[in-house]
Amino acid sequence: MSTLTEAEAPPPTAPVPTAKPARRRGRWTPYLLLAPGLIWLVVFFAMPMVYQASTSVQTGSLEEGYRVTWHVATYWDALSEYYPQFLRSVLYAGTATFLCLLLGYPLAYLIAFRAGRWRNLILILVIAPFFTSFLIRTLAWKTILADGGPVVGALNSLHVLDVTSWLGLTAGDRVLATPLAVVCGLTYNFLPFMILPLYTSLERIDGRLHEAAGDLYATPLTTFRKVTFPLSMPGVVSGTLLTFIPASGDYVNAELLGSTNTQMIGNVIQSQFLRILDYPTAAALSFILMAAILIMVTVYIRRSGTEDLV
Amino acid sequence: MEQYEPDRLSPAQVAAMRRSLRNGRAALSRRSLLRAGTGGALAVGALGTLSACGIPAAKNTAGVSSEDRSAKEKEIAFSNWTEYMDVDDSGKRHPSLDAFTRRTGIKVKYTEDINDNVEFFGKIKPQLAAGQATGRDLICVTDWLAARLIRFGWVQKLDQSNLPHAFTNLSQQFRSPDWDPGRAHSYPWQGISTVIAFNRKALDGEEVKSVSDLLDNPKLKGRIGFLSEMRDSIGMTLLDMGKDPATFSDDDYDAAIARLQKAVDKGQIRRFTGNDYTSDLTKGDLAACVAWAGDVVQLKADSPDVDFVIPDSGYMTSTDNLLIPNKARHKTNAERLIDYYYEPKPAAELAAYINYVCPVDGVRAELAKIDEDAANNPLIIPDAAMAAKSHAFRSLTQKEETAYEEKFAKLTGA
Repeated sequence: MSTLTEAEAPPPTAPVPTAKPARRRGRWTPYLLLAPGLIWLVVFFAMPMVYQASTSVQTGSLEEGYRVTWHVATYWDALSEYYPQFLRSVLYAGTATFLCLLLGYPLAYLIAFRAGRWRNLILILVIAPFFTSFLIRTLAWKTILADGGPVVGALNSLHVLDVTSWLGLTAGDRVLATPLAVVCGLTYNFLPFMILPLYTSLERIDGRLHEAAGDLYATPLTTFRKVTFPLSMPGVVSGTLLTFIPASGDYVNAELLGSTNTQMIGNVIQSQFLRILDYPTAAALSFILMAAILIMVTVYIRRSGTEDLV
Repeated sequence: MEQYEPDRLSPAQVAAMRRSLRNGRAALSRRSLLRAGTGGALAVGALGTLSACGIPAAKNTAGVSSEDRSAKEKEIAFSNWTEYMDVDDSGKRHPSLDAFTRRTGIKVKYTEDINDNVEFFGKIKPQLAAGQATGRDLICVTDWLAARLIRFGWVQKLDQSNLPHAFTNLSQQFRSPDWDPGRAHSYPWQGISTVIAFNRKALDGEEVKSVSDLLDNPKLKGRIGFLSEMRDSIGMTLLDMGKDPATFSDDDYDAAIARLQKAVDKGQIRRFTGNDYTSDLTKGDLAACVAWAGDVVQLKADSPDVDFVIPDSGYMTSTDNLLIPNKARHKTNAERLIDYYYEPKPAAELAAYINYVCPVDGVRAELAKIDEDAANNPLIIPDAAMAAKSHAFRSLTQKEETAYEEKFAKLTGA
């Protein structure tokens, strides 16, 4: 509050007040500091949103131009036409998020409590994949899961693929171009977004709490259940959000690793926007996706009972 | 959570809050900001604003040409696909372009910023629709997109008097497509043949000679690929069904879709791919697929198992075309560049490097000097038998294009 004091009570050495009012330095500073961020938000978030909202209620064609006709039925048509892809997106993204949590939690735990001097190295390894492009990383999975490759060979000889094939996750003796491959790709690509928030919230837990739990005769399992996990909830929530939200809108994994029966809503939006040139439907689909995610996330945050993320 | 709920605060608290907003350091709470932000966005997004947005009709672009500064500014901006130009050993210079600059003094700003027709259209559409310059003097796009750009009036008519070589040397096959009679707006850069490629090892003794073999052989279940380019996949299927892609009807189109849909439902077709089929094919994940011959020529060099076959029913040919977009600043320079690549020598240099169908007549002798094999390769310089089997997809009206693309998108799952 130093600026406030300065502004209201001029220093005693100040000369006799003149007609010119004292310079109030602090007044516009917060707004000026906010300006870059706000301008950014308006130009790259608010304006495109308005534009898309408008597009979604237009009708017309590229040749005749598009006009706002308040054709709200586009939303209903889009939803009833493409609800399978919506459900699939939620299902795939949800599964990938769950797998990320399952894989990421132990690793984050290890980095936070057990890694010792290896901690930084492991953290770097978690981030390392980001040094290559998203596309290249996804394409690499085509080599890993290649039909004749060692992974698929091993899974086949263990008869794992018979089970997943029966479950409808894979087709025959291959993994690529099946739902399993898409979920694998999503899990891999978004795993760091799960690990990093988990790590930050785990790392913050005071080690003495663990000691205290031990002193009170809690078994390690109880300590984890009653102390560690509840305290890491902010990390779990922000990690799942950071994984689920981009994963449900992703289309690259479904495009490269999937097949005709694994296309997600992102693929539909892309094809509506670029190929079919049906901009209203594409915009409506984007809004439905946004609304769906917003509702799911709100319910989830309310339920998980945490408001401060990380 | 409980920081800012104006209703419950006393007037003094509200005043303090306001003061802190104005004068305090770090005084703006995140929540109030978010609230303000949302309110602002909602205000901006008021219904009236929504109606104000709209996309103008594509055809209302007035002022097609811009002042041609070719004489004053010896330069040209040329946008092309990646790996679609000869490169020297250092990988940085394009010898044929350098020769053009040496001869004419016109500097070429060569950009490889086209990866995909639909994406590129999305990129240039806003400027062209608004009647603004794209910053490009010469672009290279596939037939159907060239047809659309011409239909919308977004490209300039070429001055044939600047194109003597192009006019004389253009192959008969490409002379007069139905979407640009007499090549008034476009000249082909390269021709693209769509054929059937296979991996001999992955086929394991099975034979693939036609699209029917791809769709019906149960031993190849899940190892067959088609292209995500609608005209190539449907065109090849139409040919296989005995229809002519140049004259087919709506019913023929639906029949072709149904034929492919059956194969999708059976799990016969693994994927609809873009350019990425090449790695699937060399690895053997795809045993056979509809493919672009130019790719296959290059793949063959690296992996001996990969080869191609031209079905008896024929194959699809399309072209990538050079066009001058509206408001291009260096139209004459662009025309000179087009014409340059229709001289036998530069055309041969290009053909020797990129292995697509050369659209220029009289190149064989020049090409033989550089690469004897390429000169005798019917995929690069089609012989009479090849040319006879070549088919083009007819141009579509806007309505047909939308309907067909939609049906094809359904087929591919999106």
